[in-house]
Amino acid sequence: MEAVNSLDVEAVRADFPILQRKIGDKPLAYLDSAATSQKPAQVTDAMRRFSDYSNANISRSVHTMAAEATDAYEGARAKVASFIGAPSPDEVIFTKNSTEAINLMTYAFQNASVERGADPRFTLRPGDEVVVTEMEHHANLVPWQQLCLRTGATLRWLGVTDSGRLDLDDLHEVVNERTKVVSFTHVSNLLGTVNPTAAVVARAKEVGALVGLDSSQAAPHLPVDVAGLGVDFIAFTGHKMLGPTGIGMLWARAELLGAMPPFLSGGSMIETVTMERTTFAGPPAKFEAGTPPVAEAVGLAAAIEYLEALGMDHVRAHEQDMAGYMLEGLGAVDGLTVIGPDVPTDRIATVSFTFADIHPHDVGQVLDSEGIAVRVGHHCAKPTCARFGVTATTRASAHVYTTTDEIDRLVSALEKVRKVFA
Amino acid sequence: MDLDELYQEVILDHYKHPRGTGLREPYEGESHQVNPTCGDEITLRVHVEDGRLADVSYQNVGCSISKASASVLYELVNDVPVDEARTKMDEFTELMNSKGLGEPDEDTLEDAVAFTGVSKYPMRVKCALLGWMALKDALIRAEASVPTPRGGAE
Repeated sequence: MEAVNSLDVEAVRADFPILQRKIGDKPLAYLDSAATSQKPAQVTDAMRRFSDYSNANISRSVHTMAAEATDAYEGARAKVASFIGAPSPDEVIFTKNSTEAINLMTYAFQNASVERGADPRFTLRPGDEVVVTEMEHHANLVPWQQLCLRTGATLRWLGVTDSGRLDLDDLHEVVNERTKVVSFTHVSNLLGTVNPTAAVVARAKEVGALVGLDSSQAAPHLPVDVAGLGVDFIAFTGHKMLGPTGIGMLWARAELLGAMPPFLSGGSMIETVTMERTTFAGPPAKFEAGTPPVAEAVGLAAAIEYLEALGMDHVRAHEQDMAGYMLEGLGAVDGLTVIGPDVPTDRIATVSFTFADIHPHDVGQVLDSEGIAVRVGHHCAKPTCARFGVTATTRASAHVYTTTDEIDRLVSALEKVRKVFA
Repeated sequence: MDLDELYQEVILDHYKHPRGTGLREPYEGESHQVNPTCGDEITLRVHVEDGRLADVSYQNVGCSISKASASVLYELVNDVPVDEARTKMDEFTELMNSKGLGEPDEDTLEDAVAFTGVSKYPMRVKCALLGWMALKDALIRAEASVPTPRGGAE
């Protein structure tokens, strides 16, 4: 049941000044939104208005601007909460990015594992198991891997099928009574796969494990509803969803946040401090030591408002159309192999491919000479590349401002690539 | 952007027909280098005999720039005195850091002068230097190792 694609892409594009720029003498075709999306003027305007008019530190002073800044920051938190269907804004923790949000989780486990009297759901010992997948961005692999190395727990993972789907054949074996936490990617940044979360979440719940999602590539493109997903935590980031860099989010169930030891400590996260001891504030403050990214929160709120005005169903429908168009166009290129699902079902318009033995660096360089921006390399997912026997891929990715014309330009520029390296 | 300036004929020729590839014995120093941003890799060995680089052998995966650079490296330093190889290494490194303004000496750098254009592309300088970093490291390792008559020192 997909909504009809009714996005007015030309009207959307008018909101993104950067899309007017040229690369050399060629108009920009920005097909690298999975790395970072562009920001509409509404976002940069909101940040500028805040900086020019209301800038102050939050939650500290009684003056007017401090109150305005606090309202803006907490307003952004409420905006995020409603965007993902969270029951309370207090369940949203602002971080620097998704990576920090995931580290906030892994360090909760690590700290609990060495502290006396910690909640046993967060303590890891040899014999305990942690589950990820073979299609993780390094951000949702390395922190868990390091956590296991430090605590003696065992890292396990679900594999990936040849067609780029999560391999659930051994789900019951990999997620078992020893599993304490399952953390997996909602949407793969390399393959574009939208994962079947329900099956994995149900199995995790069945064995009493905590379960969370790296939703960095999901939140920008699909409606995300934490209640519907049934998960315990999700991590995502502002700069991939039309917002600014420097702000990410962790959402976790209030009860869990209450039980988790803090990650970073210092100012703003305390209840009371003596020279010997500190008691901590409740969530979210407990997890937000130091001055937070206030202007970035304002920009993020504007980005969410922008996406909500477009309607996430329409955003999803446009994404689906672009995925289909990209797969069709690229699929017809001789010598090109798509790494990931080759049908637009349960995937986003992030398409990785190899091309005629030409190294992705070289592909990307020639595409750049045509004004086309794509990502080349291992996309911070080396094990996923290894799974498919490649060291690197070229990746094109779309967002709300992407046009079929840009995808056509990509497809025809690949013939120029072929000519240079033939 | 002038693509021809980056992908000079000489570079494409070395890429398509790389010289001196394959790992050979004997050798005293071996280095494995990785470009973490793209996953490109090279393993390079040096065999030093009487102060000369009697053999430089290598195996690599990578883009046209990194593969062509390794091939040019082989041509420049294979069977030359170690001191001279180091001088060429320094000259090439300097050229790569010149941001397109270098004026390389064609007598010493030969085909490597074609990489002048690469130095304008900061994202590709690392590609061009990967093999040379391996050479530098392999020479240090060769010096540190106890030479054995048939090489392959451990």
